[in-house]
Amino acid sequence: MNAPLFNPSRRDVLAGALVVSFSLRAIPSLAQEQENVSKPPLPGSLKKAPMLDAWIRIDADGSVTVFTGKCEIGQGVKTALIQVAAEELELDPHAIHLVTADTARAANEGFTSGSNSMKDSASAIRNAAAQVREILIGIAAERLGVAADRLRAQSGAIIGPDNRRAAYGDLVAGNVLHVTAQPTSKLKAPDTLKIIGQSLPRIDIPGKVTGGVSYVHDLRLPGMVHARVVRPPSYDARLQSIDTSDAEKMPGVIKVVRDGSFLGILAEREFQAVTAMHALAAAAKWDIATKLPDETNISSIIESLPAEDHVIADKHAESASATRTLQAVYRRPYQMHASIGPSCAVASFDGDALTVWSHAQGMFPLRQAIAEMLRLPEEKVRCIHMEGAGCYGHNGADDAAADAALLASALPGRPVRVQWMREQEHQWEPYGPAMVSRTRASLDAGGNIVDWWYEVRSNTHSTRPPGAGQLIAARHLETPFTPGPPRPGDQPEGAGDRNAVPLYVLSNVRVVHHFVPDMPLRVSALRGLGAYHNIFAIESFMDELAAAAGADAIEFRLRHLKDKRARAVITAAAERFGWSSWQAAKGKGRGFAFACYKNLAAFCAVAVEVNIEHESGHVRLGRAIAAVDSGQAVNPDGIANQIQGGIVQSASWTLYESVHFEPRRILSQDWSTYPILRFGTVPESVDVYVIDAPGEPFLGTGEAAQGPTAAAIANAVANATGVRIRDLPLNSARVKAAIGV
Amino acid sequence: MITLNVNGRSRDVDDAPNTPLLYVLRGTLELNGAKFGCGLGQCGACTVVIDGKPVFSCLTPISILQGRKITTLEGLGSEDAPSPLQRAFIEEQAAQCGYCIPGMIMRAHALLTANQSPTDAEIREHMNANLCRCGTHMRILAAINRAAGGMHAAGARAPAKAEEEE
Repeated sequence: MNAPLFNPSRRDVLAGALVVSFSLRAIPSLAQEQENVSKPPLPGSLKKAPMLDAWIRIDADGSVTVFTGKCEIGQGVKTALIQVAAEELELDPHAIHLVTADTARAANEGFTSGSNSMKDSASAIRNAAAQVREILIGIAAERLGVAADRLRAQSGAIIGPDNRRAAYGDLVAGNVLHVTAQPTSKLKAPDTLKIIGQSLPRIDIPGKVTGGVSYVHDLRLPGMVHARVVRPPSYDARLQSIDTSDAEKMPGVIKVVRDGSFLGILAEREFQAVTAMHALAAAAKWDIATKLPDETNISSIIESLPAEDHVIADKHAESASATRTLQAVYRRPYQMHASIGPSCAVASFDGDALTVWSHAQGMFPLRQAIAEMLRLPEEKVRCIHMEGAGCYGHNGADDAAADAALLASALPGRPVRVQWMREQEHQWEPYGPAMVSRTRASLDAGGNIVDWWYEVRSNTHSTRPPGAGQLIAARHLETPFTPGPPRPGDQPEGAGDRNAVPLYVLSNVRVVHHFVPDMPLRVSALRGLGAYHNIFAIESFMDELAAAAGADAIEFRLRHLKDKRARAVITAAAERFGWSSWQAAKGKGRGFAFACYKNLAAFCAVAVEVNIEHESGHVRLGRAIAAVDSGQAVNPDGIANQIQGGIVQSASWTLYESVHFEPRRILSQDWSTYPILRFGTVPESVDVYVIDAPGEPFLGTGEAAQGPTAAAIANAVANATGVRIRDLPLNSARVKAAIGV
Repeated sequence: MITLNVNGRSRDVDDAPNTPLLYVLRGTLELNGAKFGCGLGQCGACTVVIDGKPVFSCLTPISILQGRKITTLEGLGSEDAPSPLQRAFIEEQAAQCGYCIPGMIMRAHALLTANQSPTDAEIREHMNANLCRCGTHMRILAAINRAAGGMHAAGARAPAKAEEEE
């Protein structure tokens, strides 16, 4: 969406139309440019795509289309984006058609990640919608000869005091929406909101529960063929030789594609492709070179690798003298996204241009990577987002899209659908990195923290495109692409150091991020990045300090916390849980934890109850209660759904999950070798209280529960057993060993 | 040619006899409901109901299905006219990504057809075969509970079987 900022013909239209109402213009005169220096920045992603019609299009028939560069990844964002647009445009939400990430149609909003979609895209759309409404009012004022302040927008029309009306579709001739957004908008006042704040049912669910075409997996194009890839047995294995003749003769097989160690097969029907893939895999001879580290010793290995040190907090002040110092080490293993549906993509190459349908999180970066891999100009590649199974970060989606692109370019004229097998998804997706934290803090005689020292060691948390070398297939080509150098991420959002700086008020604090560039296993962004581990560590340690101080876990937190919204979610969760009246019993424990995600997004507090099965060491989850403040709540049930899901998913990571590997291969290849939580082990109940903050900015929610849940469970296990476990996961074997059964 | 009875209709399919039902449903019959999750019978995303029992369609070759009654998600209801169970999932907003939900609905459908008022413990035990990664479990349980109540009410007017034969 690189439309010119200045268009004389449109300026002419506007100059006439808008004089009545207000000065929304696209005329960057010298004076205005100077003025722009002191102007506030445009809201959200309007900064990246400032033209209003990059976000909202109104056709002559009155139909309204809203464009977002973000993707629906199961978080319900489509519904929330429609709500904010409908609110400011005074439309029925069902009257709005939403277009999501598509390199040919939507603004480049980068990745749908970091719980940023509401902050970036909903802020842009809400402001754009309000500005569009005011433009339409301005034009109608002129047309109806009525002052703008006597007009109102309602149900797709501008209505005057005498009930004369001008339909939106009749007001938009001449590209009047092709103007630059202004930094401030006439947003509706919080007490007048009718759609924002309502739990509008999600627009995608009816199709999903009745068999609609909901996912890229369901896309069927005319003439489409099915493909499978054969991956090496380990990361760097090279294809030495293969006789493809038997596979090529199998029923339905169209062709085998080989380029270096990239191997794929195309067939008319899907199961034919699967069958031929197995034959091809059996015929392939690999040179297995990979030497993976020793899983049982992984945290020492991570600690022994070279690191770049980044001091991200270093503050020292006068304080009371320390009477007691505690220290601890917390560890997290590699953990998987483990999407329920293996990655899938469809690609179609017409001999000149390529179209890719993918469930990856960034269509523009994906386009760049695929164009580089295929040596095509970027404008010859279009990437269109379609939903996949929940990804929770960077899984195999981009790689499957690359596979489809390569295979489609080998079969021009026929769309190619590739889906990974379960074993491929488990083995090849980039995991959430193993991490280690060392922490030390001192208490004064009154039980207050006087100093806090925290060091976290981690790989990168993003190996995403746009570089072609980030794609598995591109690395396996005869002329391979190499991945770019890993990056540590930047504060304040951070990556391995996300949430490594506590929100607590501490007079002496030093936090260091030891960024480890070498990656023994393929890693990238998993929901929450380092926040999951850092909050687990910090909030576990807060409980350890509270216990040392002889203080209640919640009182101890509040004692060190000024932020009102943080205090409010803690108090709400504690009250709803019944913290102060809770009764202890043998084998039963309660735990609490809190974080403000990234120290700038949603505030979330979690309280849980556990029961320890003494014989097995299994941690059984009882009640879980959360309170969350996501700013102005657009769809409270959507927020609750994300937090509930985050609690259950984080409980699974925290109690059960760890990627297993041996020197030559990843051993976690399916659900039996990488077990996750099932219905038999879900909590008794999960209740979420959404605290609305009218008029406040939208705060990201999707990742807010991951860290607090981990620490709340760990604290509850410590409370139930009297033993502190600092290594994740808190599986039965570990708990059993800790309690000495 | 193998003749399959899918959602009350007779369908001739020319896929190889060893083809798992899932690929025939999704490919030849163009039904989206059943999903590929693992191909190993470990996750339940592909669950359909065959002769009243929940079955992993990813593991079941069509050669053994001639003459058996296959019900998929599409056989329960449509977006315009969802079945009570589908409606319960919508009312509880029991989906995040939703990829596992068709399998969840089919497994729950088998339970509710056999047992119109399962306890919460019975539901949890019955659903244990199916995996969800988004953590939608609590809402899935709520939807099944809601449908159990709803089906009770519906059962007073018409036998549950009527719905099964849609």
